[in-house]
Amino acid sequence: MLDDTDRRLLRYLQSDPSASTAELADRAGVSPAVAWRRLDKLTEAGVLQGIEAVIDWRALGFGVEVSLRITLDKTQTNAFDEMISAAREVPEVIEIQTFLGRVDLRLNVLARDMAHYTQVYRDRILTLPHIQDIEQLMLVSMVKADEALPL
Amino acid sequence: MSLDLDDIDRAVLRELARDARQPASALGRKLGLSQPAAWRRIKRLEDANVISGRRVRLDATTLGFGVTVFLGVKLATKGRTSVADFERAITAIPEVQVVQHVLGAYDYRLRVVARDLSDFERVLRRRIMTLPGVGEVEANVLLTEEQRPGPLG
Repeated sequence: MLDDTDRRLLRYLQSDPSASTAELADRAGVSPAVAWRRLDKLTEAGVLQGIEAVIDWRALGFGVEVSLRITLDKTQTNAFDEMISAAREVPEVIEIQTFLGRVDLRLNVLARDMAHYTQVYRDRILTLPHIQDIEQLMLVSMVKADEALPL
Repeated sequence: MSLDLDDIDRAVLRELARDARQPASALGRKLGLSQPAAWRRIKRLEDANVISGRRVRLDATTLGFGVTVFLGVKLATKGRTSVADFERAITAIPEVQVVQHVLGAYDYRLRVVARDLSDFERVLRRRIMTLPGVGEVEANVLLTEEQRPGPLG
């Protein structure tokens, strides 16, 4: 469904999400009208889902980010569903992922500082349902974060 | 230094995190602000680096990337040079989308995208396991993911 022009346009858009359609067209070697039509079609087809602003939580005072890797007690039916809906109620949780592997679920948690994190962890995380085991990975630094697809 | 946000700022950020390209006029209409007022809010957030950039959201599956795997990597040897070498080499692999240096049971957390499981195995064996200093590796295949508004909500 996608041809080389589509891939080129998406690749340049990924490397410079603020680029105008004219700039993308120029780099992909097509006319602006073609680029506009292609991007419009990719959006229609749901391939290009949008361009989002990336929020720097540190600039908002959230200096601590912890990845919580959770193993659930799977003898409980609905363990996943109940855990996920409870985790949605915790404002400090910014990401919920489920996995196939040793880890069942991962929550990405923000906090202002270690004292705040300790409080969130004790009062809001450890009280979540069906936790069997929990492991914490604290973010030291983001080495690469573009999340670009290798098109 | 952190910026104090009011409810309108938080709403502006939530909107931009959804669609960064909407013009200040459209954003203003949604939030009951004039175009200049919306523009000033956005500008203030950008100037304070609260908005650190933009990211394109693509449907990975339609583009042929059916598998996303998270890897926990432990380095076998830790020294300033081995860390720098590892970071340089791992960020150069196109399938590796995210590299986080972490503290805990692992040293690094990687997000790796691949066409399918055998493609992932190829990336893991030929590109990642062969890097200098790589010790224990744990892989978990992503099933679902959901972004939350976080403290903006």
